[in-house]
Order: sequence, then structure tokens, then C-alpha cells
Amino acid sequence: MNALEAVLLTIITASTPLLLAAVGELVTERSGVLNLGVEGMMIMGAVTGFAAAYTTGSAAVGVAAAVATGGAMALLFAFLTQTLAANQMATGLALTLFGIGLSGLMGQPFTGLPGVKLGAVHIPGLSDLPLIGPVLFAQDLLVYGSVALTAFVAWVFARTRLGLVIRAVGSNHHSAHALGYDVAAVRYGCIAFGGACAGLAGGYLSLVYTPQWIENMSAGRGWIALALVVFATWTPSRVAVGAYLFGAVWIMGLYAQGVGVAIPSQFLASLPYLVTIAALLAISGNRIFTKVNTPACIGQTFVPDR
Amino acid sequence: MRVVLEKRPERSRAMQVASPLLAVALTVLFGSILFAARGFDPVHAIYVYFIGPLTTLWSVEELIVKATPLVLIGAGLAICFRADLWNIGAEGQLIAGALAGASIPILAPEWDSALAIPAMLVLGMLGGMAWAAVPAFLRNRFGANEILTSLMLVYVAQYLLDWLVRGPWRDPHGFNFPKSISFNDWHLLATFGDGRVHLGAVFAVIVAAVLAVFMARTLMGFEIRVRGEAPRASGFGGFSQAGTTWLCFGISGALAGLAGICEVAGPVGQLQPTISPGYGFTAIIVAFLGRLNPLGALFGGLVLAICYLGGEAAQVELSISEKTAQVFQGMLLFFILTCDALIRYRVRVERAAPGSSRLRASIGLGNPAARAADAGGTAR
Repeated sequence: MNALEAVLLTIITASTPLLLAAVGELVTERSGVLNLGVEGMMIMGAVTGFAAAYTTGSAAVGVAAAVATGGAMALLFAFLTQTLAANQMATGLALTLFGIGLSGLMGQPFTGLPGVKLGAVHIPGLSDLPLIGPVLFAQDLLVYGSVALTAFVAWVFARTRLGLVIRAVGSNHHSAHALGYDVAAVRYGCIAFGGACAGLAGGYLSLVYTPQWIENMSAGRGWIALALVVFATWTPSRVAVGAYLFGAVWIMGLYAQGVGVAIPSQFLASLPYLVTIAALLAISGNRIFTKVNTPACIGQTFVPDR
Repeated sequence: MRVVLEKRPERSRAMQVASPLLAVALTVLFGSILFAARGFDPVHAIYVYFIGPLTTLWSVEELIVKATPLVLIGAGLAICFRADLWNIGAEGQLIAGALAGASIPILAPEWDSALAIPAMLVLGMLGGMAWAAVPAFLRNRFGANEILTSLMLVYVAQYLLDWLVRGPWRDPHGFNFPKSISFNDWHLLATFGDGRVHLGAVFAVIVAAVLAVFMARTLMGFEIRVRGEAPRASGFGGFSQAGTTWLCFGISGALAGLAGICEVAGPVGQLQPTISPGYGFTAIIVAFLGRLNPLGALFGGLVLAICYLGGEAAQVELSISEKTAQVFQGMLLFFILTCDALIRYRVRVERAAPGSSRLRASIGLGNPAARAADAGGTAR
């Protein structure tokens, strides 16, 4: 494997957690709910994924645990925001603060232990192709899964009745309610899906990206995923493009440090966060472009009149 | 049988006062269940955690030291949140303020003057304000989401601090440790009692009181409240959206910066890679526990400071991780939000009407609430 292949390979690995979390959050936001707890669900997915894989020795169990944890935390968020009509911003922040704290506590016995790595799956024939073979066709299952998931979400929104219902609930919850759709139930489902994806993204970090548990290892990726959804103007295909761009920026920073570029490492390390701000500006500057797809009810509490 | 929330005709005044207290009580209750589950005597553990910090003079002083930055930041954030502006990057603004203020003791260590401390404090506030001005500007000029931009700047500030203490501002005689020089005595805040409680505590009380008056009695405070509660009315009233954004971010940034310089010129006494155990984030909880009221931040700050101290005490006496503090803090915010639901809603348990399952089936995806509100729903 040459250097270029290695770089491309790491870019894809770095992008996958962003893609997973962002696609999940996209579904949540399309239903009109802003869940700021992505970072917290992600880090909890990372710790439980690692712990489950380490105790059982099976990476698959780890993945399942990560998904379940993310989903469970999201349901907590859904209960507060949908059933108790709590403020979505505050509840999301609570989820993140709680997740970071609890993951630190739960992860303590696992710090520094060797992890279980989810293996790569070589697609016979294709993985022997020069350059694109090792990069595209010798990845782990979750990389393929994340692409398939994005395509699936895009299909649901573009072609199915379910997608239409979710968009209706997100665009105008009063109308959706009047049509007889159970706004809260749709949102519960979308929030849980988003949480499961965020948990999976966290599991990817601790089972593939760096197969060990490091405190705060999500390092703001959950927040970047939130920014990605805005950047992609709530469109699945653009989320994918954005995720790979961000993965590239992330890896370029690390790579430049490795090669010994004469810039302090701290500046390179803060690059992804600065690029996130730049990306938000680039997209927010164009208001028409943004407005077209923005779920109109995002962040608003809906309680049917009883 | 199902549990429904019924909208109260008016916001319950009693619950507005009771909600934060109920949230604290629920956190303690849940905490004791968790302790019991891990095999500790819950009564003893809760005593160590929540009562212990109040029993000795030393720990009460420590409590005030920890509450100081929390109150300063929490009071500022309360104003932001009131305006429906989500500045969640106070941690970055704290660091920026600490860096700006610390430039004096580090770059001019020999400047011994009565003006040195005021200059440091002003620089600290300006530093925090400058860091907070970025999301405010980006929101006003480009409509960029302030939640994300303010948060991203936290990471940037942390790396900036890290670079300074490992690079240009590292103590040349510090055996290569990533620390700045220790500040000279004349660059440290005046202290009270046994020397831990510093001038910042006085600032915190003054700030909370002044901001409470500002919010309740001034036109600008009114503009901020209207913007949050009725944004359209605020527009009709001719209040400037951009203006309140600048104002809220300016105030909260300056206060976070003040908290930052008070930390490094107070208990820390130098710059090091970590100068705050997440005060900027914990202050979000402080603001909510204080009912988004600057005076309430005093109460909120003290409760969250007990959480920090209790965490440390539990680590020493029960040998459980001090990270339980963060878990308790997150849990507390959940309970505050849960209890706040009771201000606007009352809980009612109602028996399902006979035959409702049949009715629900007849409208497919139907929603029982929609059925009740809209008789036409059953016809579809």
C-alpha cells in the first residue's frame, strides 16, 4: 500500500463517524427536532461499544451495544422534549453534558486497555484493483453500511410515504396533526433513529478508528455532525459529500503534523473546528439555498391542544 | 390508563419556585439510589457528597471559590438564554479572557502598580467579549447558527491556550513543564479569610444584582426579554435583533472573560493547559437552575459548586471517581427541565375510554388527541 492509498484510507475512516452521526441527525431534524445531544450520544456509544466488545471479545456485540446506547439516550431526550414538552436546546445540551460525564465514569476501568478491532471485509476481485481497490473495497462493514444507510435515507425521503410523513411533521406540525398523523410518535421514531446512528458513530470511533477507550475521544465530532447537517442543507447526498470533505480536513491536519510542517501542531489540530465555522458561513450566506430545505418547525415544541 | 399533561390556564407561580428545589431533591434521591446500587450506604454517601462540603470553614471557602466563576458566567448566560440566543461557548470565552488578562503578569511581570489589577480585569473582560463577538458577528452578518460557531471556538481557544503555555509563554525556568511563570503577588487578586476566597466573589454578587436590575428595570432588559418570549412583537416594537445579539453576547462574553481572569489571577495563579474544570459548560446548568434569572444564578452557582466539591470529597472518602460530579450535574439539568414542565402543565392520570382502541384503529395512524380535538378525524 503506498502513501496515497494510506491517506485516502484514513480519510474514509475519519469521515465515517461524521457521516453516520450526521445522517442520523438529518432524519431527526427533518422531523422538526433539533437534538443537540449528538456529542453525548456519540461518546456514550463509544464507551459502551468498547466495554461490550472488550468484555465479550466480539466487535459485533460492541457495535450492537453502541447502537442500543445511542438509541436509549435519544429516547430519554424524546421523552423530555415530546412528552414533557421541555425546551429542545436545553435538553440536548443536558444530554451532551450528561453523556460526557457518564462516559468518563464508565470508561475509567477501560482506559488504556487493548481494544477489539472490527475487521475489514475484502470484496473479492474488486479489492485487488490498483488504488481504488484497497481504498474502496477493503474497508470494514460499517463503512459500506454508512454509505448504504445514507442512500437508504435519501431514498426514504425522496420516494416513500414515510419520508413524506416525516417531512410533513417537520415542516408544519399543526397541519400534520390535523391530518391525523401522530406528530409525537413520528418524532419519537426519528429521534431514536438519530440516536442509534450517533451511538453507532461513537462505536466506530472506539472499535475501528482508534480501537481503544480514550476519555472525550469524540473531540467535538458530534457538534461537527450537527454543523454538517446545516452545511448539507438537510440533504442526504450533500451530507455525504460534506462528511468526506471534513474527514479530509481532519486527516490533512494530522498528516501535516506527521510530515513536520513548520506550523504549531495546535493550529493544525484546531483546523477542523475553524473549517466548520467557515463551512457554516459559506452556506448561511446563501439564505435562499438554506431556506428551501430547512424544516420550518425545527426546534419548536409541539403540544396538541387537548 | 394513560398519563396526560394538561395545560394550566396560567403558569404556576408555586411551581416556578418549587421546580429547582424539586430538581435538586430528585437528583439527591436518584444519586442515593445509584450509590446504593454500587454498594455504598446511601445516607453516608449523600452526606459526604452534599452536606459534607458545608460543614467546615475550609470547605465553605472552597465552595465560594468554585461558585464564583459559575455565578459570573451563569448570570451572563441567563441573559443570553432569555433572549433565545444560545451562547454555549462560555468555556472558550473564559479561556480567551484568561489569556488576555494574563498577558500583563506574563509579559510585564515587573509592572507593580495599583493599575495593574484593574487593567488585567478589563483586558480579561475584553478578551472574553472579543471571543463572544465572533459568533454574534457571524450570526448578524451571515445568519450563521450561533450554537455551533460559539462551541467550535471553545476548541480553538483550548488549542490557543495549549500553544501559548507550551510555546511562547512557557516559563523558561520551569523545567519544560507546560506552564507560564507564576504571577507575582501584585498581579494576584486580593483575598479574604484564609486566603482562598478572592475578589471575584464580590464581583459575582455585584454582577448578579446589577444584571437582575438591568433585566427587570431597564428598556434594554425589556428588549431582551421580549425578543425571547415574543420575537415578532419585538420586531413590531422596533427593537433591533442585531442589537440585542451584540448586547447579550457582549455581556455574557465579558463575564466569562472576567471569570477566566479571576481564576488565573486567583486560585490558579499562572497559566497552564487546563485552567477550568468545565466551568463554562456547567454554568449552562447554573443558568437554568437559577430560572434564567441573574439572581437565581447565585443559588445555582452554589448548588453546582457543592457538586464539584462533593465529587472531590467522595473521591477521597469513598474512593469513587470525581467524575460522578459531572454525572450528577447532567442529571440535575434533566430534572430541572422535567420539573419545569410542571410550571405550564399539570399531570393527570386518565382512564382510557371504552372502545378507544377500536376508534384508533379506524383512523389508521390516528392520534387520540387529534380525535378528541377534531371530530372530523374519525370520519376520515
